[in-house]
Amino acid sequence: MSLLEVRDLHVNYGAISVLHGVSLRVAPGEIVTLIGANGAGKSTTLRTLSGLVRARAGTVVFDGKPIANLPPHEIVRLGLGHVPEGRMIFANLTVHENLQMGAYLQHDRTAIAREFDYVFSLFPRLKERERQIAGTLSGGEQQMLAIGRALMGRPRFLMLDEPSLGIAPLLVKAIFQKITEINRERGITVLLVEQNANLALEVAHRGYVMETGRILLENDSATLRADPQVRSAYLGG
Amino acid sequence: MTEFLQQLLNGLSLGAIYALIALGYTMVYGVLRFINFAHSDVFMLGAFAGYYLAPIVARVFPSGSVAGAVVVLLSAMAICAVIGVTIEYLAYRPLRRRPRLTVLITAIGVSLLIEFTSQHRLVFGPSPRTFPQLLDARTLDIGGVAIGTTQIVVFVLTAVLLAGLTFVVQSTKVGTAMRAVSFNEQAAALMGVNINRIISFTFALGSALAGAGGVLFAMSYTKIEPLMGVQTGLKAFVAAVLGGIGNLPGAALGGIVLGVVETFAGGVQGLSNYRDGIAFAVLILILLFRPAGLLGRAQVEKV
Ligand SMILES: Nc1ncnc2c1ncn2[C@@H]1O[C@H](COP(=O)(O)OP(=O)(O)OP(=O)(O)O)[C@@H](O)[C@H]1O
Ligand SMILES: [Mg+2]
Repeated sequence: MSLLEVRDLHVNYGAISVLHGVSLRVAPGEIVTLIGANGAGKSTTLRTLSGLVRARAGTVVFDGKPIANLPPHEIVRLGLGHVPEGRMIFANLTVHENLQMGAYLQHDRTAIAREFDYVFSLFPRLKERERQIAGTLSGGEQQMLAIGRALMGRPRFLMLDEPSLGIAPLLVKAIFQKITEINRERGITVLLVEQNANLALEVAHRGYVMETGRILLENDSATLRADPQVRSAYLGG
Repeated sequence: MTEFLQQLLNGLSLGAIYALIALGYTMVYGVLRFINFAHSDVFMLGAFAGYYLAPIVARVFPSGSVAGAVVVLLSAMAICAVIGVTIEYLAYRPLRRRPRLTVLITAIGVSLLIEFTSQHRLVFGPSPRTFPQLLDARTLDIGGVAIGTTQIVVFVLTAVLLAGLTFVVQSTKVGTAMRAVSFNEQAAALMGVNINRIISFTFALGSALAGAGGVLFAMSYTKIEPLMGVQTGLKAFVAAVLGGIGNLPGAALGGIVLGVVETFAGGVQGLSNYRDGIAFAVLILILLFRPAGLLGRAQVEKV
């Protein structure tokens, strides 16, 4: 029984076909990674799942419910969180307001306060910067904020698009640690898109390798890491 | 000196009205990145709403009372809010994914449609009308400066509306969502924000302020006609650009600056015929030195 099941997804940007039949599934509690070269269509896949991009064909079933082509705000409501590529924090709002926006659909005040506490325990740096305009945060802090903001919506399923992008290696380690923590302690299922395949396959249980709009390989992380094809193309030898 | 203060006062009350209208231009630009040219006609419709409402309200409230004027104002604001939301829903929403230029031309079309429909003799007719007197006309003399009751009411109500708007935008959930949408619509959608609802809300808010501007303008200058929005709306739009388009305090400041400059230009002997020209010259001058407007920050257009 999978939490997310994508079958034969086709997506176009205008006349250009970008995804030509992507299928994947994620079971509850898993961390699954989607790796692949630049322009393979990883971000497009996530953007289609969260409703930012419309699918031309194919089905997406989340928790037994077909969600392909629902508007994003209805998909979020079902418990699917998306930390988008490039973080997309609200640079004109304070850190606190960004987190509040994350809890936009939550109405229970005590639950919201609890999520604030949780996010601040995960990223104490955000607590220190709570009243600061988010645009003045460092890249790493912005990534923490983007993840924290998504957590405020209490997702059951969290998609992260290149959380390591433009961040110092030491901090990347720390952020990946948090992702594992979120998965283990909160039981949040994770779909992780990464350029840094080494790191992604370290934290993920399973992985998909994508190439020019198609899924090329699928296996558990250990097997993928041992695969000569994957090693030469994505793991630097 | 009293002459100076008098002009300043008159300039401020004109500027307050520009400010109210300018806010609507800037708010819509903030969320949709286009200029809603029909906004100036919502201002005009606000004045006419006040014109038709005044006799009805006068039956309930003592004529000349501030309470009556406030009721007329609030009702006109509500009507304009509905008109603004309707315009967006019918004319702009279907074009949401089309190029900006398409929407811009549509806005001009909507504006012309309202202007010409209003001029039809079965609607308002082309000739000017005299706005009913909502307040007892009294003039206070403060050290030689004459200040009318209407002027005082314009100041107080504008201040209240600006404070209310600031509160809504800065301190409420829907206001935070407005700012979020205006920064990044997609990210806001990922938070669960229904973008269409926020856009409707923005139009309601901006149009209500334009409606208030219409009533206050009519109270101050007494003549209303279907094309009254053309020039005033243009100036308010200019005020929004002057303040930095997309920037709310900027729009308010731009409106006030423009009102004051225009009034002073009009007060100088031999220049009064050029008051609009001078106002625009000042605008061009300011924009030469601050291209992003008085309070706008230079930013690269988002892709
Ligand atoms: N808005 C768009 N309009 C047109 N083409 C697009 C658009 N966004 C992406 N593409 C194209 O779609 C393809 C897939 O892009 P996508 O961003 O999904 O790749 P990716 O796997 O996430 O790459 P990266 O690792 O560089 O982030 C690319 O060829 C890209 O040029
Ligand atoms: Mg990408």
